[in-house]
Amino acid sequence: MRSWKRLWLRLRYLAQHSQRQRLLWEEMDFHIESMTQDLVREGMPEREAHAAAHRKFGNMTRKSEEVHTIWIAQWVDDASQDLRYALRMLAKSPGFTAVAVLTLALGIGANTAIFSVVNGVLISPLPFRNADRIVSMFQEMPDFPEGSISYPNFLDWQRDNRSFESMAAYRWANGTITGVGQPENLPARCISATFFPILGVNPILGRNFNATDDRRGADPSVLISEGLWQRKFGSDPNVVGKRLVVGGTGRTIVGVIPASFRLKIWNFRTADLYLPIGEEHDERFFKRDAHWGMDALALMKPGVTLDQARKDMARVNAGLAAAYPDVNAGLKSTIITLKDEIVGEMRPVLLVLLGAIGFVLMIACVNVANLLLARSTSRQREFAIRVALGAGRARMTMQLLTESVVLAVLGGGLGLVIAKWGIAAALAVVPRALPRAEEIGLDGRVLLFTFAVSILAGILFGLAPALKSASRNIGESLKDGGRSISGSRSRTQATFVIGEMAMAFVLLIGAGLMIRTLLELWRVDPGFNPHHVVSFGINPAPMLAEQSPDSIRAFLRQLRSSMRSVPGTEYVSLEWGAQLMQSDSETGFWVEGQTPPARQADLPLTLEYLVEPEYLQVMRIPLLRGRFFTDADDEHSTPVVVIDSAFAQKYFAGEDPVGKDVNILDYDTDASRRSFLPLQVVGVVGHVNQFGLADDAKSSLQAQIYLPFLQTPEMRVKSVALGISVFARYRPSLNAESFFQTMRKQLLANNGDMIVSDDESEEEVVARSIASQRFSVTLLGTFAALALLLASVGIYGVLSYLVGQRTQEIGVRMALGARHFDVLRLVLADGARMMLMGIAIGVLAALGLTRWMASMLFGVTPTDPLTFAVVAVVLCGIGLCACYVPAHRAMHVDPILALRHE
Amino acid sequence: MGTEKSKSDLLPGTLDMLVLKTLTRGHFHGYAIAQLIQQLSDDLLRVEEGSLYPALQRLELNGWIEGEWGTSANNRRARFYKLTPDGRKHLTEESARYRQVTGAVARIMGFA
Repeated sequence: MRSWKRLWLRLRYLAQHSQRQRLLWEEMDFHIESMTQDLVREGMPEREAHAAAHRKFGNMTRKSEEVHTIWIAQWVDDASQDLRYALRMLAKSPGFTAVAVLTLALGIGANTAIFSVVNGVLISPLPFRNADRIVSMFQEMPDFPEGSISYPNFLDWQRDNRSFESMAAYRWANGTITGVGQPENLPARCISATFFPILGVNPILGRNFNATDDRRGADPSVLISEGLWQRKFGSDPNVVGKRLVVGGTGRTIVGVIPASFRLKIWNFRTADLYLPIGEEHDERFFKRDAHWGMDALALMKPGVTLDQARKDMARVNAGLAAAYPDVNAGLKSTIITLKDEIVGEMRPVLLVLLGAIGFVLMIACVNVANLLLARSTSRQREFAIRVALGAGRARMTMQLLTESVVLAVLGGGLGLVIAKWGIAAALAVVPRALPRAEEIGLDGRVLLFTFAVSILAGILFGLAPALKSASRNIGESLKDGGRSISGSRSRTQATFVIGEMAMAFVLLIGAGLMIRTLLELWRVDPGFNPHHVVSFGINPAPMLAEQSPDSIRAFLRQLRSSMRSVPGTEYVSLEWGAQLMQSDSETGFWVEGQTPPARQADLPLTLEYLVEPEYLQVMRIPLLRGRFFTDADDEHSTPVVVIDSAFAQKYFAGEDPVGKDVNILDYDTDASRRSFLPLQVVGVVGHVNQFGLADDAKSSLQAQIYLPFLQTPEMRVKSVALGISVFARYRPSLNAESFFQTMRKQLLANNGDMIVSDDESEEEVVARSIASQRFSVTLLGTFAALALLLASVGIYGVLSYLVGQRTQEIGVRMALGARHFDVLRLVLADGARMMLMGIAIGVLAALGLTRWMASMLFGVTPTDPLTFAVVAVVLCGIGLCACYVPAHRAMHVDPILALRHE
Repeated sequence: MGTEKSKSDLLPGTLDMLVLKTLTRGHFHGYAIAQLIQQLSDDLLRVEEGSLYPALQRLELNGWIEGEWGTSANNRRARFYKLTPDGRKHLTEESARYRQVTGAVARIMGFA
């Protein structure tokens, strides 16, 4: 391939252009000097000799320009000639051009859309200064690698580590604001003073927190978001120093955080209010065994690797375990990069999708290649004439490649439009499944990708037809007038069809496995009935915290009775502690008859739900033994507990738990003395799915207990003021939204200081727990459908072409007595052979490829025989339908007409 | 993309052929090539010094010769050219064609 070598030499020349020119000058200088020396030797004076040599050599600049022309200008000339010719040829057959460009636009557009998602989520750096040095930190707990950190441990981590420049803790905060217009419950977080500096976020007004704000007994301060500043303070430039009542505490606004700051990770969402975490009033927060849902961010020192940081923290933790063995025995920290935490489980999903969409593009390319091949048949005379007139084979190939690249670039341009629309559509279908969704768009890298993919696609689908056409024997083409059947050409087309079928098969398997996964997930019994249940939050007026436990309980009783009277309410229950598929809360315990472990760190954990008597009916959780709570289980009666079947099985194996005691940690007492509250088991209920349909079975934490809301210990009951949840079952004739609105109106009518917000139907909650699977199903399903369509069009096109080519043969056969059925069989057999080979290759490819999906699947293996069988049958069926049309046409060939053709 | 054609006063392609032929004798720099052609033709053919360099670049682009920097007899940096296998093949084809053409011209002119 001399023309490729020449292209390579030219590109190299282009890259080293100025150096090459300089060397040419040096070469010519040497020549002139050699001439001069010879003339001097012949006796000419040096100056004259020099001038004579120059004169004889001629204009050096012109020579160097001439050289440049040889390398570059002629080339550009050829290329632009090819380009003009290509455009003219494409304009001459608008139908072909439209189909090819559309097919490519679909393929390239879908690729661009998926790549821009991958780019936004996986590739582009996080929008934080030093993003690659920021890590997320957790305290590893017996049942969770990403458990919450206790504040004293965090402070010791901060002090004792050697690998981090800085560490910052964060956790949820109560964001009720009062005193500025209507009371509102806003998203709020407690953060360390180091939090925003680690992320490189500077307030647009005022300052970040400093160490003085971030400690016990500090003057209460608050940072507000730019959005809140505009909404509540009318963008007042003098807002810094103003007072804002947050959670009943008057706070001084010290700064405004820009709206450009966005962060969404497991336990942190961009908020409207940020409070200093160290300023917490509740002294229980400062106990070493307190796990208040606090996680941390840290900035590694430059040059420190993740591994070094982990080793360093292992050293720190060993020290803390030795110093506080009771609660810290076996203390470990989990450290992952912030990017990994944000992207989480979406990385394999997105890579699988990117691979899948690559297949779709290849199928599109193959279809266009087939179109080009078919078209080149009718252009054979044109090619032959051009070759006869002296066009070289390489020149012809380049010319045809130019045509295909032009097609691909047109397709790519249209593809960008499709991609822009596709991204919006994909994000609208599954908005919550995707982290960093707001960073997804068509940026420079995506445009470059699209351009590269277009060029590559153009070469990919153009090469085979171009080489085939250019290598045709001229004499034959001219002789047979472009009607001949080229054996090698139909072989190429058959190979293409087999390839498309194989790729479509792989995609269908991918989609099939995801569909089965979703079906399996929907079949998982969550242990409760999410239909016609709505949950919402209530934030009572903050001053409730200052009232006596008795009046708080009176408030709760009154709240419940007013909720029950709302029309449409069937059952209702206040809820606290863990929330199904949303948040978890645990307590350490030991059961009667066993010896409590010596160290608190060795206590087993159980999920805890604080609920009211009707909770079981709200969630339709089955009662298996004994009884559930009644209104009589209140602050005056014996403390009771209801356990779930998993708890009973694990801790009361073979015994009747009813009547036994479960002793749970009493966090109300002071830190110096560990004590337990004995609770009598009165019943056993079914296990509920706490961690999501796909993940619950994987969790090692299965035990669950229910505690009566009214028996909540004294100190804890004050926290009601921070907000409680309500779960309500409504009449099936209503819908969640309208029921909630009625409820809200009625509650606010009774008590205008309350905030009732954040409603969500339990169906949504359950669906959200499998959002990433739904995202994958939607996209893989779409890709597979697209692939199936393109592959069917491909096999249809090729068979039609072959039938067209064989019309005469068929005519002869029929004239010799072949029946319609024989002809049908003849054509279908052609199609079936290609399809079966395609499927055979597809099976092998799928067996190799689907294991990359293993982490996305649930209840089905990557090589699920049922999926493989169904997909094979579906693909065969659709393929045969596509074959039937040309076969039918062949069947009705009129032998007379076909033969007259000759 | 066809072969890049020369634009000298000689018959088309003749300079290329002469350069290639010269290089069958060894590696030479541009000046030496020009000198050799002149000497071998008993001073009848004079290579137009300037047009030699575009010709060399064209031959290089076609992959018939390769240039390499080295040191000349008088100890200066110079670019030495050598024939590639492709170039040798091209030279054979060109000589055959040239023989045909000159033969035909000679017949017409009645020299034969």
